[in-house]
Amino acid sequence: MALVPTASQTVGPYLHLGLTALTRADIAKDASKGEKIVISGRVFDGEGQPVPDALLEFWQANADGKYAHPDDLQDKPLDGGFLGFGRVPTDKDGGFRFATVKPGAVPGPGNSLQAPHIVVCVFMRGMLRHLYTRIYFSDEAGNADDPVLGLIEDAARRPTLVAQRQGGKAEYHWDIHMQGQKETVFFDC
Amino acid sequence: MSALIGYKKPAAGTQPNYLHPPYQSSIKRAPGKPLVLVPQTLSEITGPLFGHELIGPTDNDLTKQHDGEPIGERIILSGRVLDENGRPVPRTLIEVWQANSTGRYRHALDQHDAPLDPNFTGYGRTVTDDEGRYRFVSIKPGAYPWRNHHNAWRPQHIHFSLFGPSFMTRLVTQMYFPGDPLLPLDPIFNCVTDQRARDSMISTFDLETTIPEFALGYRWDIVLRGRDATPMEKQ
Repeated sequence: MALVPTASQTVGPYLHLGLTALTRADIAKDASKGEKIVISGRVFDGEGQPVPDALLEFWQANADGKYAHPDDLQDKPLDGGFLGFGRVPTDKDGGFRFATVKPGAVPGPGNSLQAPHIVVCVFMRGMLRHLYTRIYFSDEAGNADDPVLGLIEDAARRPTLVAQRQGGKAEYHWDIHMQGQKETVFFDC
Repeated sequence: MSALIGYKKPAAGTQPNYLHPPYQSSIKRAPGKPLVLVPQTLSEITGPLFGHELIGPTDNDLTKQHDGEPIGERIILSGRVLDENGRPVPRTLIEVWQANSTGRYRHALDQHDAPLDPNFTGYGRTVTDDEGRYRFVSIKPGAYPWRNHHNAWRPQHIHFSLFGPSFMTRLVTQMYFPGDPLLPLDPIFNCVTDQRARDSMISTFDLETTIPEFALGYRWDIVLRGRDATPMEKQ
């Protein structure tokens, strides 16, 4: 029996009423190992204006590169109560802040290894269907060989997915631009 | 390592385009460049799984969250969550939010000149059972004006958010009511060009789940992306 998947609709301007009960802005505290990091930044629309009514969801592996999900059959340990899911609404300046641990590398297509990354799902008023993107980390040498980053033909756009480590601290900066010169790469997957 | 099985891509016209100019807010918020095609890796086909531990006793009854009863027409809203292969999606989290019966949201940004109801928040959640079934008790939300164009009114709707088994099955949508005269005029509802897909956002009146002397029943099944028949490639 082939059914048609239900169509997506926008979260609208009142998304907070329904989606902030499950806010998860600090999941570092759920992890027993891994480098504790903070990723922060802002979301901008096509006119460079901040988007105060967006919501970001994050999905990541634990520090060993293991997902808390039955389809991850790797022989690696789970980390107790670390689920790897984050959810953060943007504030009035379009800003967000997510505290987590840096994920380990996970397998990619074929025999490849993916550089550490976080999958990001983007929702906002004005967006009829969510978007997927990824966060990579500027201090990871594996980015150069990452099989997904490598699929972005215009190499000049790859840095839009790389969160920049701030000085020596475990803090990263990553912005989302919906349009324009600095437009973030979004995925069809 | 075993082969991963990914999720199917939607057929043309069954999901909205990001840019839909009749919905003005999409103009500056839709990506300007084409999306980059990537395979679904282990990172995509996994996703967060939530269980019953999140759910409180009145979370699926939006009429029982305050001391008094909310004003409005009581509704029983039930249905199943299925994947596109027709299989039930068990134990998946559903979050809902809606306006009250006057068409006003309990949200600081909603300035519509209609009364709030002290006995209605408009937020609920539940987890589907082993057969993918869900059920909410609520109040029929009112229509309300918005500023997209002159004399624009949103049809009555309830927002739904679902996870399913994978980050690829994530869905946020809106459920509408049958016979709403505002539906043909609504740019958000009409962003879906395939009529079958568009109409599948409309619930149906259901006498079977209507409770005599108490509340009208509406049924609405939700369909999430399903697995591809064949493995994509060896991982």
